[in-house]
Amino acid sequence: MIETHLRRRRSEGRSLLVPYVTGGIRADWIDYLTAYARAGADAIEIGLPFSDPILDGPVIQEASGRALRRGVTVRGLLDEVAAVRIDVPLIAMTYYNLVVHRGAADFCRDLAAAGIHGLIVPDLPIDESASLAEAAAAAGVDLTLLAAPTTSAERLAEIAAASRGFVYAVSTMGTTGAQFAASGGRLAADLRQLTDRPVLLAFGVATPDDALTAVQSADGVVIGAALMRRVLEGGTPDELGATVAGLRKALDLDAGRLPDGARP
Amino acid sequence: MTEVALPRPATGVTRPAAGVMSDPGSSGRFGEYGGRYVPESLIPACAELEEAFRDAWADPRFRRDLDRLLAVHAGRPTALTPAWRLSEELGINLLLKREDLAHTGSHKINNVLGQALLAKRMGKTRLLAETGAGQHGVATATAAALLGLDATVFMGEVDIERQALNVFRMKMLGAEVIPVTSGTRTLKDSTSEALRHWVTCVDEAHYCLGSVMGPHPYPWMVRELQRVVGDEARRQCAAELSTGTPDYVVACIGGGSNAAGTFAGFADTGAQLVGVEAEGGAAVAFGQVGVLHGFRSYLLQDENGQVTEAHSIAAGLDYPGIGPEHAHLRDTGRARYVTVGDAEVIPALQRLARTEGILCALESAHAIAWVIRAAESGELPPWSTVLVTLSGRGDKDMATLMEAS
Ligand SMILES: Cc1ncc(COP(=O)(O)O)c(C=O)c1O
Repeated sequence: MIETHLRRRRSEGRSLLVPYVTGGIRADWIDYLTAYARAGADAIEIGLPFSDPILDGPVIQEASGRALRRGVTVRGLLDEVAAVRIDVPLIAMTYYNLVVHRGAADFCRDLAAAGIHGLIVPDLPIDESASLAEAAAAAGVDLTLLAAPTTSAERLAEIAAASRGFVYAVSTMGTTGAQFAASGGRLAADLRQLTDRPVLLAFGVATPDDALTAVQSADGVVIGAALMRRVLEGGTPDELGATVAGLRKALDLDAGRLPDGARP
Repeated sequence: MTEVALPRPATGVTRPAAGVMSDPGSSGRFGEYGGRYVPESLIPACAELEEAFRDAWADPRFRRDLDRLLAVHAGRPTALTPAWRLSEELGINLLLKREDLAHTGSHKINNVLGQALLAKRMGKTRLLAETGAGQHGVATATAAALLGLDATVFMGEVDIERQALNVFRMKMLGAEVIPVTSGTRTLKDSTSEALRHWVTCVDEAHYCLGSVMGPHPYPWMVRELQRVVGDEARRQCAAELSTGTPDYVVACIGGGSNAAGTFAGFADTGAQLVGVEAEGGAAVAFGQVGVLHGFRSYLLQDENGQVTEAHSIAAGLDYPGIGPEHAHLRDTGRARYVTVGDAEVIPALQRLARTEGILCALESAHAIAWVIRAAESGELPPWSTVLVTLSGRGDKDMATLMEAS
């Protein structure tokens, strides 16, 4: 479902843009989804906050902590999502304990029932992913796997084949919000040799320039910490929508400059 | 009979060996527990470590080097001390495995010397460690100094305050101590922070994890490095006891390394294995199955699956999880797990001090407290032989005790 949508968007010549928001960061957090969608996001990642986010840097750690201190729960966040209509696909990002706690099958059914059809679990490597992959597939949820700059060629091929929705290429050896690194370009290029699934670069993409660099080798970008830093500073849904619109415009202008079929 | 060509396992796949507390194989599973739940960025580092440890552990030269360090630097073997007066009072036969006498004051040095030697063999130049009570941090700083490695220790702000002495010891030994300000600012968050930092420097740094937790191979590797405690105690008990092995083998549990090392020496005997958790950090008693810091085990969490804070007077037991092999030992019934609250700990510590002249760590006093309770309630049959691992000495806890008295 996510994958069909992203492939279609890509075939229209677009670079894919997937902004992130931490679920429950503010009482009006749903408005960020609406604003992102209106600003031209191709999908939106919703972080379901966990107490111990080991792949997140200080910004998303703080965002998760704030949301949890507001008393949010997965159940409550999903209810809020279910109550609105967002015109782009939604993808949940969370840590494996929340899945185990609920049970994989129920967790995936809950997501689907709320209208979320993608799932990213950063502390679940492919070796441990079989049972969740099965539960996700049964519920109609795409389980997206991550690849890292240190992943061997052999594993990259396995990850590219098993990932659903897209392949999440972690640009750098670090946590979310790290500096954007050139190593990501090589990883995305390698992945695109292995699969025609969309490949999105994530971690450290902050500015339109970063995004333009990223899409030289990837099909698109995920932008998380850079947006959440603004949200933590008080950035409103409208303001963040404007930022996403700026990224959208930069990517579209760039795509427009290339003659048809010039993209690899 | 002609030879049948069996399908060979895929390269690199090792099978679990049969038997209690044996090699968990390449999946790193103890029953349904354990595994390797880490971000993809850390998978190559964990795989490299597993391969290096398998190779080293099978290499007699590595074993010889480690045994020598344990002897000449750490002071092994540690004594097995009959607790004469307390035994008399309790009507049991109590033996103490004296890890408090090991260099740096606890069993942590056994694991750390092994990992530091391994890190050198792997060509690493820096050790990373998390620490709660500071004992593992001090041990890591010590091993790093001894082997010419750099050491970076992550420690929660709360622990830095209550274990100031150990912080200073680490600095004197040349280690860098990085305060962790996120989350609960205790052991749980210093472990998360060490993992996050490891991602950024996997090439030059070895993550020297301090207990039988974390992603495979750590729970197995740390148990193997700590089994020297159990193996020595087994030999010493055989010499000391007419029955050869004790009836009960007892140890306190934070992540579970001193207990795992002790139990490993007695897993194939008839001894009852008892792990003592701090009531405020009792993952077995009050936790549910979950995944944190790379492994699946019992984990303290709230009704929404958020990990909850552990609370214990003993900083080294303030961890919301328990090593995965312990979860398996509990499910299979080979070991049992009990809890002791803060209120029982200080009296137990004092009683041991005044009867035996041994001032043990607050962590270790949990094991003593359970033995006192079980002996006095009649749960331990009269004159049962009870081996307790005294995981560490109490010097680090004097400030806490002064405040409490
Ligand atoms: C003296 C002492 N005992 C026990 C522990 C608990 O660790 P483990 O359960 O891994 O033995 C610690 C941890 O810091 C400690 O310092």
